[in-house]
Amino acid sequence: MANTTASVIRTTERSDALRAAGVALILGLGLIFLTGFAYPEVIHNAAHDTRHSLSFPCH
Amino acid sequence: MLTRILSVGLLAGLLAGLLIAALQQVTTTPLILAAETFEKPAVASATPAPPHSHAAGTAHDHGEGWKPADGMPRFFFTAITTVATAVGVAFVLMAAMVFAGAPIDEHHALAWAIAGFVACGLAPAAGLAPELPGSAAGDLVGRQLWWVGTAIATAIGLWAFLRTDHHPVVRLGAIVLLLAPHLIGAPHPHEFESKVPAEIAARFTALSLVVQALLWALVGIGVGLLWPKFAPKPAS
Repeated sequence: MANTTASVIRTTERSDALRAAGVALILGLGLIFLTGFAYPEVIHNAAHDTRHSLSFPCH
Repeated sequence: MLTRILSVGLLAGLLAGLLIAALQQVTTTPLILAAETFEKPAVASATPAPPHSHAAGTAHDHGEGWKPADGMPRFFFTAITTVATAVGVAFVLMAAMVFAGAPIDEHHALAWAIAGFVACGLAPAAGLAPELPGSAAGDLVGRQLWWVGTAIATAIGLWAFLRTDHHPVVRLGAIVLLLAPHLIGAPHPHEFESKVPAEIAARFTALSLVVQALLWALVGIGVGLLWPKFAPKPAS
């Protein structure tokens, strides 16, 4: 019984961690897309030197 | 868990991003400013103007919209976008480690960050060398797609190759994934047109890879150091 409870808690923790990681992945990729890839001219010009410096394709 | 990832990512990204922004200011940015003086057709002189005399409104192919003025505003926006990139890198790094079930500590986070640099820095650079403004380049969307595809294929390939089970078929598949983007080949321009001296371009390419490697390494170290400090308090 104790083992089952512990394993249920572990499974819940794991699924909670995976959900959090999924949100972090989407946020992280969104940030990198904005700074490294997005087309609007204002974003491109603000991020210009960063894009070149971190070797994202820029022009 | 989400609060922990976000807190560690924001803090590690901020610290690493600020350090890298300062580094960019003395390494890559002066070379970008020097290269821009060669983009202006009238300025064909062999010696680049010093960075601070770089006049606004040169014939830069960025369109006519808003852009930060040279000097402090330009540094400010470069620093902000570098910090944002570093925070994004920290989020992606932690997400990948949690998905893979890797323990997050200094040693593992740094190792994963180095693998991240190989996937997002070295492997794409093998096809698309980091370029200065004014370099000839193939179609932008094609290059971006190749860059993203190469980064994803390399990341998955490295992860599969370095897994502990060492199954030969998995490893063979990993090698195919690592090589595929380079066999397909990055889109390249048909002719060269940069007026920037090769010495400046070469220095920039090398420095850009070093800056990117340091960004990943600092984010990795930051994540590894901060992760234990944000551990949830045990319920009493």
